[in-house]
Amino acid sequence: MTSTIFLQQLINGVSLGSLYALVAIGYTMVYGILRLINFAHGDLLMVAAYAAIYGIAVFALPWYVSFPLAVLFTGLTGILLDRAAYKPLRSAPRISLLISAIGASFLLENLALVLIGGVPKAFPRPEPFDRVVDLFGLRIQVLTIYTPIVTLVLLLALLYIVHRTKVGKAMRAASRDFETTRLMGINVDRIISVTFLLGSVLAAAGGIMWAMKYPQVNPFMGVFPGLKAFIAAVLGGIGNIMGAVIGGFLLGLGEILIVAAVPELAQFRDAFAFVLLVLVLLFRPTGIMGEPFTDKT
Amino acid sequence: MDRDRLKIFLNGVTVVAVFLVLFAFSRYGTDYQVRILNNMAIFITLAVSYNLVNGYCGILHLGPNAFVAIGAYTSALLTMTPAEKQMNFIIQPIVWPLNVIEVPFVLSLLAAGLTATLFAFLISFPVFRVRGDYLAIVTLGFGEVVRVLCNALQNVTNGPLGLKGLSPCTNLWWTWGVAVLSIAVISRLIHSSYGRALKAIREDETAARAMGVDPFQHLLLAFLISAFFSGVAGGLLAHLITTISPTLFTFLLTFNLLIMIVVGGLGSTTGAVIGAMLFAWGGEALRIVEKPMDLGFVIIPGIPGMRMVIFSLLLMLVILFARRGIMGRSELNWEVILTRLDRLRRP
Repeated sequence: MTSTIFLQQLINGVSLGSLYALVAIGYTMVYGILRLINFAHGDLLMVAAYAAIYGIAVFALPWYVSFPLAVLFTGLTGILLDRAAYKPLRSAPRISLLISAIGASFLLENLALVLIGGVPKAFPRPEPFDRVVDLFGLRIQVLTIYTPIVTLVLLLALLYIVHRTKVGKAMRAASRDFETTRLMGINVDRIISVTFLLGSVLAAAGGIMWAMKYPQVNPFMGVFPGLKAFIAAVLGGIGNIMGAVIGGFLLGLGEILIVAAVPELAQFRDAFAFVLLVLVLLFRPTGIMGEPFTDKT
Repeated sequence: MDRDRLKIFLNGVTVVAVFLVLFAFSRYGTDYQVRILNNMAIFITLAVSYNLVNGYCGILHLGPNAFVAIGAYTSALLTMTPAEKQMNFIIQPIVWPLNVIEVPFVLSLLAAGLTATLFAFLISFPVFRVRGDYLAIVTLGFGEVVRVLCNALQNVTNGPLGLKGLSPCTNLWWTWGVAVLSIAVISRLIHSSYGRALKAIREDETAARAMGVDPFQHLLLAFLISAFFSGVAGGLLAHLITTISPTLFTFLLTFNLLIMIVVGGLGSTTGAVIGAMLFAWGGEALRIVEKPMDLGFVIIPGIPGMRMVIFSLLLMLVILFARRGIMGRSELNWEVILTRLDRLRRP
């Protein structure tokens, strides 16, 4: 591998990693509060991508209007998801919640299949993202550079909300101890809604960038990014936002660099993440940044 | 006659009755009906063995599709003749010794079950180190890894092309024979001390451990038995549809099994049987929503994928509003029926 190719792959890896990171944050935030793997989280990527396509193609909106609207729509879908599929089961056994999450995921995918159809739709890539620039002798798509920057900006905004605002304080409290938070007069259901909103907004941003990167949108496009982002969250230490980001970058870089180094392994690429997951759970189940497991009752 | 012998006698009568019905269908039924009955029996085997892990042990295992795939491929590769294998493997030749082996169907089924059990044993160590959501994701990941391997290992599985032209050895006697066997074995297990230990682990693992129950050993036993029957069912499935490819064994298969056991009632073998039968029948009955309908004055176009929407809605509605499913955790067997009858006689 020459140094230019290595650099190129490094940039690709950072770009993919930042997408995983965006999605992983949503998993980790919901897990932090509800101790639930939101299986349908990955499908929010698909919701955002379709919403953006419809904004541009059907309502003829410019991208800078369509994308924020798609993000907002996805955020509301996230809240609706919580209200419909998870809220009635707050006191139910965990296995029921998980089954409901799986059901919600399949419902979203198949609703999209019925309403929109299974034929992949091409994602319109707006002009500002479609250019190719010369950077130190490398030809790189602008999008590849924008993705980590957008991720960074969103991450800083999120960290501000979580650590510097009242809602953020309530979220952190709820992820420590549900009951005590409620006793302090905090409306926990509202905090959960905010959590779903924030997580879904980040997933939507990830979904739109994912769709621009791989401009084939189909009802099942969110499944694999979702699963891998979850693994990234576990790798980083679930419940920890910085952990999710680090896990996302590590997973993205790892996938790209391993395939670049040993091209024969390309066909096993989708299996790496799961092998990594098993290794993490075997040797360091709390992940890189994680605290020891605590069971909420 | 005392109670136990009466029950054995009645169970025997039930099995004979079931097979008489099957005989009638194999004689006078249409191909379509026989096919649904075959599907039904395979689903019953799969659902009952899946329910052993998910319902009785209370852990959410999401990888039965992996064991079905392993069973299907093992059994298919063992029954194909060397000539057929050569014709199938056009991109890469099949590895030795698979290229020369050919065994009878029954042995291939046994091998399918044992291979699935072996894989279950190998993954049990990472799987049972964790619980809850993590276990769900690890087993789901195993299912995906198996699918990726089926696609990638071209000289063993023929990759995405799959295996074609298997001999259609599966018939009603095989599918229902295996289904009855799996119900019998798993019911015996549930009513033994092992079964009670499994339920204890489900209710409270710490308390069970304090009572001297080793969770790993017990869960492993259930997991292996479940994998064995899933593997055998996979072999039956392969020789029923005679063409297999990795796309058959995706997470969708697991999802369907989950619907069956949730609707039937998690933790009830009777429920799993009912769920599987309803699913096999309902899946066919619901085909109507995907076909164009002509009501004379208006034509409703068929909507492909509508069935899955209905199934996922059904799963969510059951889990949200009727979490116990049809049977809850109770069973319908001769013990229950006889007790009811006794109560009717002596109020």
